[in-house]
Amino acid sequence: MSTPTQEAVGRTATMSDAMVEAVAHEMRADEEVFYMGEDVADYGGIFDSTTGLLDEFGRDRVMDVPISETAYLGAAVGAAQAGMRPIAELMFVDFFGVAMDQIYNQMAKNTYMSGGSFSVPMVLTTAVGGTYNDAAQHSQTLYGTFAHLPGMKVVVPSTAYDAKGLMHNAIRDDDPVVYMFHKRLMGIGWMPAPDGPKTPVPEEDYTIPFGKADVKRQGDDVTVVTLGLHVHRALDAAETLADEGVDAEVIDLRTLKPLDRETVLESVRKTGRLVVVDEDYQSYGLTGEIISSVAEADLDALEAVERVAVPDVPIPYSRPMEDAVIPGAEDVAEAVRSVGK
Amino acid sequence: MYEDMVTARLYEERLQDEYMEGKRPGFDISAGDIPGELHLAAGQEAAAVGVCYHLRDDDTVTAPHRPHHVAIAKGVDLKRMTAEIFGRETGLCHGKGGHMHLFDPDVNFACSGIIAEGCPPALGAAMAAKKRNTDSVAVAYLGEGAIDQGGFLESLNMASVHDLPVVFVVEDNDWAISMPKDRVTRPDDGSKRADGFDMRGVRVDSDDARAIYEAGGEAVARARDGNGPTVLEVQVHRRMGHFMGDPETYRPEEDQQRAADRDSIERLAADMREFGIDEAELEEIRDRAAERVDEAVTWAKQQPLPEPEAAHDHVFTNPPSGVTDEEPEFPGSGAAAGGDD
Ligand SMILES: Cc1ncc(C[n+]2csc(CCOP(=O)(O)OP(=O)(O)O)c2C)c(N)n1
Repeated sequence: MSTPTQEAVGRTATMSDAMVEAVAHEMRADEEVFYMGEDVADYGGIFDSTTGLLDEFGRDRVMDVPISETAYLGAAVGAAQAGMRPIAELMFVDFFGVAMDQIYNQMAKNTYMSGGSFSVPMVLTTAVGGTYNDAAQHSQTLYGTFAHLPGMKVVVPSTAYDAKGLMHNAIRDDDPVVYMFHKRLMGIGWMPAPDGPKTPVPEEDYTIPFGKADVKRQGDDVTVVTLGLHVHRALDAAETLADEGVDAEVIDLRTLKPLDRETVLESVRKTGRLVVVDEDYQSYGLTGEIISSVAEADLDALEAVERVAVPDVPIPYSRPMEDAVIPGAEDVAEAVRSVGK
Repeated sequence: MYEDMVTARLYEERLQDEYMEGKRPGFDISAGDIPGELHLAAGQEAAAVGVCYHLRDDDTVTAPHRPHHVAIAKGVDLKRMTAEIFGRETGLCHGKGGHMHLFDPDVNFACSGIIAEGCPPALGAAMAAKKRNTDSVAVAYLGEGAIDQGGFLESLNMASVHDLPVVFVVEDNDWAISMPKDRVTRPDDGSKRADGFDMRGVRVDSDDARAIYEAGGEAVARARDGNGPTVLEVQVHRRMGHFMGDPETYRPEEDQQRAADRDSIERLAADMREFGIDEAELEEIRDRAAERVDEAVTWAKQQPLPEPEAAHDHVFTNPPSGVTDEEPEFPGSGAAAGGDD
């Protein structure tokens, strides 16, 4: 199957529309695919992740479930082990705690512990991210937590085009995939998105393979590595920096597991300077992982590094404090300036 | 009781207006003086007042994501609570918590935005009271949608086995966001959850404040006298959507109408008139409540916002060395790794 390029299509879609299109396509193609979660039927998903699916597929295949994350996420594991292809939505990633055993000890480990006799072809979709002052139990990204735990593939799209291709791949994959979508990118009526995530999206199905980062902007001076919402903040920063004569390359990781270390390394070999931007907590997270990967592979390629992440504090409610801890475009630009040119 | 109910109602109506300030035209959740989600409880006041009327400051209440009416009934400082909702420095939580996470140690009040997760801490408060031989009690509030959650069910068993002085108050407003009770919960009567745990379950089938007051008094007295825990479910009628900005397309017109028709405050006022309390007296109570609300909101809006750096305070009570009130300096960040800086 050839992947149509973005440039070749006329129509654009929001990230949520693109995700739903992929889900609907897979549900049409395969009776074994179904979707369950809180408010996914009549409401269409609090973050528009399932808009219109109930109308087309009915309540048997688009299921509202009780507020019982342990039960329904575990049920998805069981259905997946029985050979179905469930998609289960955890409304906010922050709620993972009430069902972590099913996620971490069952979904992620059963393939391994069974010596490969079971596979768990399910998708766990979940909303991530802050920037609208919802405080510490509703604003985390937790990329690092999920990528740290072995046994799950972790996907974080930043554009509609990527969201659709990655969703097709996620549903077709024989392993558990955690598909983390940033609320701020979805194009929801009540939470305006930046311009970037709304992109041309082909009508037909296509897959974007896991483990292939995308260079969203070419540049020679500094490599900025990031994902999700912060791809757009990094691109904004790159525009500002271009006016200052600094040419930043922006790499969108797209998947955290598998992680495309090669693309990052190649870019750093070209630029010599690395800035990693993450909306997750700084310690023991993505920023450290990327920097150590590059350092291990080619210490000499690194002239300077900087990381921009949430300092190790829960996300505060009040706006001045939330703004201070979640990296903005200016924080990214500042970090790029500080690694020099 | 009437005064607290009216205060709670006027408070919610005022917050609704304040919340919309700056969000029009359209609706941008991250704009305005009160950003983030806002869950209002107008219509549910009887459940708060009827039970909390029997509580003392040394009794503990844990509230869920819809906490204001309960907070007011428990005697939480209204000014500082309002300042918190506006994200101000002098708010109850210095702007860290916001509307779903109000904490007031003076009256032993706490909140959680994670469904049913206020139940286990209520057990702990009850356990502390029991171990210390005091006669204080703990009350955990939750919605009918929360009674399917593990945290609640595990708490029931433990409360029963340890014979703890705790009351679980289930506010049954028939809806969990867009999910009607009959589609996600069995049985219909949530107080029956108690049966399986060999503890007392009571349901009050209307939001008649006097009936709730009686049932609440009995449940609290049982706990206080060492006679064990109770699940008390009360029927309430929420007048507004799940959260501000909720399109409520899933909610039938009749349901909204029913909530408008069955107003517990009007009902209590009618009862009071029947008891011979004249209109002037009711009017006086309403005026007093209105003034209190206005004072709290006016005061809150004059309070300063926190400094951005304050985001780093309060991660720990006893910060380990290296964790300070300032932005942490990570050794090596921004420094040259391979060559000179
Ligand atoms: C563990 C968890 N799952 C899901 C949510 C999202 N959520 C917030 S409120 C809500 C509905 C709660 O319904 P109910 O308990 O009946 O209370 P109500 O909102 O009706 O007052 C849901 C699903 C959450 N906060 N925590």
